Amino acid sequence: MESLQLEGNPKTPTVNFDPETGLFELKGRSIPENSIDFYKPLIDWLDRYGRSPKAKTALHVQLEYFNTSSSKCILDLFKKLEGIRATGNEVTVLWHYEADDEDMLEAGEDYAGIINIPFKMIQIEEVDGN
Amino acid sequence: MIERIHDLYDELERQRVMLSFKGALSPDLITALLGAVERKMEGLESDPRTRKRVFNVVMECLQNLYHHNTKLREDQERPDAAPEPQGVVMIAHMDRGYSVLTGNFMAGIEVEQLKNHLDRINGLPADALREFYRETLADGKFGRNGGGGLGMIDIARKSGGKLEYGFVPYDKDSAFFSLNVNVTT
Repeated sequence: MESLQLEGNPKTPTVNFDPETGLFELKGRSIPENSIDFYKPLIDWLDRYGRSPKAKTALHVQLEYFNTSSSKCILDLFKKLEGIRATGNEVTVLWHYEADDEDMLEAGEDYAGIINIPFKMIQIEEVDGN
Repeated sequence: MIERIHDLYDELERQRVMLSFKGALSPDLITALLGAVERKMEGLESDPRTRKRVFNVVMECLQNLYHHNTKLREDQERPDAAPEPQGVVMIAHMDRGYSVLTGNFMAGIEVEQLKNHLDRINGLPADALREFYRETLADGKFGRNGGGGLGMIDIARKSGGKLEYGFVPYDKDSAFFSLNVNVTT
């Protein structure tokens, strides 16, 4: 299966989903006007990956900003991973947040409270801009 | 008309307006306005948390204007082009923070529902507001653009204060909705 790679821009994040290593990355800003358009291909890709996933999958989320239009789409990504975990695979979400960004930490905790996947909160110095 | 330009400038200066815009909004214009706000905030505000909160509130407010809008400009010169949503936005520097004001036209029939939603949000303390956000996030309902009822809750969380709002009847089908969000430092 092909990896999924999208270059980030001021409105949408960099995406790097590698099916060979099970290492996935979502990084930058997610503030498009219509998030469903952006996230649909990611969710479809995860659907396909879920048919024969790696024993270990790790999603690194490192967002500087995300809008509420993206919030439920990001939850849908996590739900796909939750499904992969439910079939006996190891899945982790690594939620990166800047040291001064308590709001982003809270956002990660909000997801962790809804989704049945272990979340690791990782404090970083500063998120790279686009 | 010509002498009013200076009056307008003076008035905006007195109100410590950082940015104001009235007209038709497009995704590209929203990107440009957000870029301008981000640059201004970098020079004005030393607290990164406040900078991010202002950016977040402006972003959500502009996207609300873009999505929830009943008065669409018909382009006379390009009749085939999609009509664009009209709105007004003003961001002012206050003594203890920032004020984000927006206004747009909405369907009169939706006023009651929005008013109830805003009153509910204004009645909740911070921890209950967070719980309301989580419940709405997890409810599985998607709006046309993905948001699904999170926008105002998020704006209120980032503001930390009460949302000030007003409705003015416009014509038989629509009303003008005004919102003021204070982000205090």
